[in-house]
Amino acid sequence: MAEPLSPLGHAFITGDHGNSAGGVGIAITERKNLSIVQVTAWRETVPAILTAISNVTGLSVPDKPGAGRSAGEKSVFGFAPGRYFVVAQASDLEDRLRKAIPLETGTIIDLTHGRMAIRVKGPWSEWVLSKLFAIDFSEHAFPVGFGRATLHHDIHTNIQRIDEETFDLYVFRTFARSFWQTLGHAAAEVGYHVQ
Amino acid sequence: MIIKCPYCGPRDVIEFTYQGDATRQRPDPASSDQAAWSAYVYDRANPMGSHREFWLHSGGCRQHLIITRDMATHVISSVGFARDAVASVKGGEHP
Repeated sequence: MAEPLSPLGHAFITGDHGNSAGGVGIAITERKNLSIVQVTAWRETVPAILTAISNVTGLSVPDKPGAGRSAGEKSVFGFAPGRYFVVAQASDLEDRLRKAIPLETGTIIDLTHGRMAIRVKGPWSEWVLSKLFAIDFSEHAFPVGFGRATLHHDIHTNIQRIDEETFDLYVFRTFARSFWQTLGHAAAEVGYHVQ
Repeated sequence: MIIKCPYCGPRDVIEFTYQGDATRQRPDPASSDQAAWSAYVYDRANPMGSHREFWLHSGGCRQHLIITRDMATHVISSVGFARDAVASVKGGEHP
């Protein structure tokens, strides 16, 4: 597999930015070396897909809208009926899913080169993301592990809550640099650290 | 306007795309009844009150929905997946 290059280019500047004098509100990281795969079930095969994903990743996800789970660098979450994002730091993720999921059970598409993964972490993460997306980021509405599909203007984004103050964002790669800069502008108020 | 998507939950209307009247009945494709085809393509009732319509959750789960909405107040009385409504009709025709 060709090694993906970061789409951020000159927009990626490490260090503290914005109003960070009083502390850093969030840290923004580009998650690298990931395989990002979309798995889609047929109408009757959702339980079989979830079993197959569990066998491949070790992450067991209930059949509920938006449900998901993460452990270390691995993540799984639903973002539409019968559709799941499966993410892992393993270049053979697509192959393993293909072996576990025959066409009768579902379809698989490798999005590794089509998406960029951004991790937003910090006490002000809900506040900053609420500026960009018209969804409820409070933990009772958006529990840990769950995923959401939404958009910032026309930039479609899949979001998973990793813990109380951490979110992973998956954006189209061609929009990633623009989105990264927008995220920086939104976070300038609370100060942010790029690492 | 907030639409409660059956999968995603309540979302702002900016995430949705209106896809038209869901009450239309397509004529038999073999029919050459021009009046029926003209009515199917052009005629819309535009009722002041309850209206059944297709929406696409284009900025979310990308599912087609059937929504019953009051055209005067925008109050939404029901939301469901279009595929469920279609599957419930014998022969898979549009409801």
